[in-house]
Amino acid sequence: MANASNKANRPLSPHLQVYKLIITMMMSIIHRITGAGLYFGTVLMVFWLACAAAGPEWYAFANEVFGSLLGRLVLFGFTWALVHHMFGGLRHFIWDFGYGLAKETSTFMARATVVASVSVTVILWIIGYMVR
Amino acid sequence: MSDMRTPLSKVRGLGSAKDGTGHFWHQRVSSVANVFLLSFFIILVISLQGADYATFIDTMQNPLVSVLMLLVILVGCFHMKLGMQIIIEDYVHNEAAKIFAVIGNIFFSSFIALASVVAVLKISFGA
Repeated sequence: MANASNKANRPLSPHLQVYKLIITMMMSIIHRITGAGLYFGTVLMVFWLACAAAGPEWYAFANEVFGSLLGRLVLFGFTWALVHHMFGGLRHFIWDFGYGLAKETSTFMARATVVASVSVTVILWIIGYMVR
Repeated sequence: MSDMRTPLSKVRGLGSAKDGTGHFWHQRVSSVANVFLLSFFIILVISLQGADYATFIDTMQNPLVSVLMLLVILVGCFHMKLGMQIIIEDYVHNEAAKIFAVIGNIFFSSFIALASVVAVLKISFGA
């Protein structure tokens, strides 16, 4: 292989950091990050269910943990990640059917996803505090 | 026509991963289910927050709630296993590390799913 040594000098395909960060790109990245966050966040669900199954004392302990300031902050973040990932997924369904792929439409949908996820999360928490 | 292969022969077989579009399809079907299941989960958690133990157990022992919770857990964990596998395959390029991560992903997702299932069943059959 005469040209084997040229391998290292081949041009590399450009990666994320050379592109200007636009909102559709941002949403794609956030979709993946929220997905990964929810993945590890399931530990909270196991903790909640296992404590509830273990009896009243453990249930009270779980409520104390989730009811603390830090607990509420984490749960708020968890709610947002879940809602955002869901809206992101709905956006993917629209694309899967071949709609909304035009530049203006996809940019609009990316903006709408943020607005929807933040407002729905806040509304859910307002409902949560109201029904208490 | 320089390409002598028939359209059928081009699509025959399932590609190098021997999985075809199965992974993609499972991801989409589980996400359709998750839209409904996790909406239920959010409503359930909101309605249960601050509830005392008796109320909580009473709600969770409702058969419909139990079944839906089991679906939330199983479909949710299936979906997250598929998603994390994509992340691993995208970023972990060392073959050995990739295999360990993919297997670890299956172990983690299975453990989360079954631990939650056991807890839900324990509650619904009387904690």
